[in-house]
Amino acid sequence: MSHWGMQRAALRERLAAGQRHAKGKIVPIPALPAFLKAVIRSGDRVCLEGDNQKQADILASALAALDPREVHDLHMVQSGVVLSAHLDVFDKGIARRLDFSYSGPQSARIARMLFGRKIELGAVHTYLELFARYFIDLTPHVALIAAVSADKDGNLYTGPNTEDTPTVVEATSYKNGLVVAQVTEIVAKLPRVDIPGDLVHFVVEAGKPFYVEPLFTRDPAAITETQILTAMLAIKGIYAPYGVRRLNHGIGFNTAAIELLLPTYGERLGLKGKVCTHFALNPHPTLIPAIESGWVEQIHCFGSEVGMEDYVAARSDIFFTGPDGSLRSNRAFCQTAGLYACDMFIGATLQIDLEGHSSTVTTNRIAGFGGAPNMGSDPRGRRHPSEPWLKAGAEAAPDANAALRRGRKLVVQIGETFGDNNVPLFVEQLDALALARELNLDLAPVMVYADDVTHIVTEEGIANLLLCRNTDEREQAIRGVAGYTDIGRARDPKMVERLRERGVIRRPEDLGIDPLDADRRLLAARSIKDLMLTSGGLYRPPSRFRNW
Amino acid sequence: MEKLSFKLDAPTSAGGSRKQAIVGVVASGNLEVLLERASPPDLCTIDIATAAHGFGAVWEAVVRDFVARRSAGGLRISINDGGARPDTVALRLAQGVRMIEEPEA
Repeated sequence: MSHWGMQRAALRERLAAGQRHAKGKIVPIPALPAFLKAVIRSGDRVCLEGDNQKQADILASALAALDPREVHDLHMVQSGVVLSAHLDVFDKGIARRLDFSYSGPQSARIARMLFGRKIELGAVHTYLELFARYFIDLTPHVALIAAVSADKDGNLYTGPNTEDTPTVVEATSYKNGLVVAQVTEIVAKLPRVDIPGDLVHFVVEAGKPFYVEPLFTRDPAAITETQILTAMLAIKGIYAPYGVRRLNHGIGFNTAAIELLLPTYGERLGLKGKVCTHFALNPHPTLIPAIESGWVEQIHCFGSEVGMEDYVAARSDIFFTGPDGSLRSNRAFCQTAGLYACDMFIGATLQIDLEGHSSTVTTNRIAGFGGAPNMGSDPRGRRHPSEPWLKAGAEAAPDANAALRRGRKLVVQIGETFGDNNVPLFVEQLDALALARELNLDLAPVMVYADDVTHIVTEEGIANLLLCRNTDEREQAIRGVAGYTDIGRARDPKMVERLRERGVIRRPEDLGIDPLDADRRLLAARSIKDLMLTSGGLYRPPSRFRNW
Repeated sequence: MEKLSFKLDAPTSAGGSRKQAIVGVVASGNLEVLLERASPPDLCTIDIATAAHGFGAVWEAVVRDFVARRSAGGLRISINDGGARPDTVALRLAQGVRMIEEPEA
């Protein structure tokens, strides 16, 4: 390299170009289109902040409104493809290449655009992987981020939904990239400083809060008796025997049912203080009854949840909060905590095959991964022991030298044998394979690989895959809890019975679970209103969940 | 409406002394199960009226497993089904035999 300091010089040029449209660090809204055109170069790697929760929506719309003749070939590196503007930039030819992690609400459109070659796909990542690549080979030239408020020096308050912001800013700003923040308002003094102003180059006052999706709210009124039965199986058949204290719950009604059974069924089993004391988890409203009855000691959060702000602030003994009193979330740290400091992940999925691979990809939908594969995987770099980790390791390799034997993280897939619209959970072949063929992908998008899954729980029972000694046993253990799906009905009944005798399969009757307990009266809260009342009015449900 | 009937050998007879029990409701995706002590102790008869057609094989699999796994001998069971999923049917049947074991409420 003949001249050092070229990146810094390029940043100075961008700063000077942007400065022509700003007053100090403040960019007035009417100047935003001209400003973005001035600071973004064709071919830039751009991180448009957004994940499964918060969105830099004003900056996304402004980016999508650029003229593709002036700015084109952008390489978008972002957690979430969630807003229509995130895909409009590809439709219009402003962006060309995409590396991302999650695409929930845009899963159908993103698939169409990939089929139509409108998007050149880098890869679909887990959150933690994408964050890691921000520091190696996908470092953004420009980051467009979201915060609650800023001062005139560019210090930012991100509030309860801090989420990805510190990671994005760290990778961009310390590598000579440009950071632009949208904020609801500019204030004289911030409640707390989440991002120091010298890392933030420009601020846009949006005049309204960034968009946040209440993704982790599950209405207890929609929990079925089959889900309650499945939740009882998980509590009595997995949480109790392994003594799982540190864990992560996925989103979905099955884990919501578990949360709502802790103060009732869990209490009856004498498990308080013995399971579910520490979580890597968003502030799930369905966890309120367990928190209020003293089950939970500590929770670290990826993000916040709409309506939970006041409740969390009032429970700083449980949650991480700032000097202003409100939640401090951090997705990168919480994902790391979920990977290395938790003994169990339990979550739902859409398809499980006969080896135990699972995927949420179904025909023509690419929902991405988010954090689940990171939570739902056995961390090979883990070295600290714990009772559940050692027990699972011993079950997998009973004859190995205990002092040299790795433990195992419990990775539990839970669901009813038939999902929405009677679609079976168990399949001969994952739809992900067909998708990979059609899109010419090197890898089928698998959410949790078979060799990471330790248990599958359905209403028919628990399959403990750690105890399976060969692929035949594994297949029959899966078929043995697959209920009346085609996969379940094609089981070898004799082999399934032998697996049951060995405890590889355990049914409700084997665990002494009374089917009469599978009753909605066992839920500690049966509606959103119950959750609000249990919180002493601190939980303020979003209007779409209020039906009273 | 499709009607199905099964007469199955039952390895274990139902516990308790209650004459009859009823669980569930007739609703979409749900079912009502009436259990009566009206069969020989080693037999279970099951009559089904279902809104969903063409699922005879699944019904047979569900009721056979039920009789093999639970104490259903001596029962005559009548099912009024509103198109419930097999897992819901299995749960209701399991709840039914538990209910008839319980003392009269």
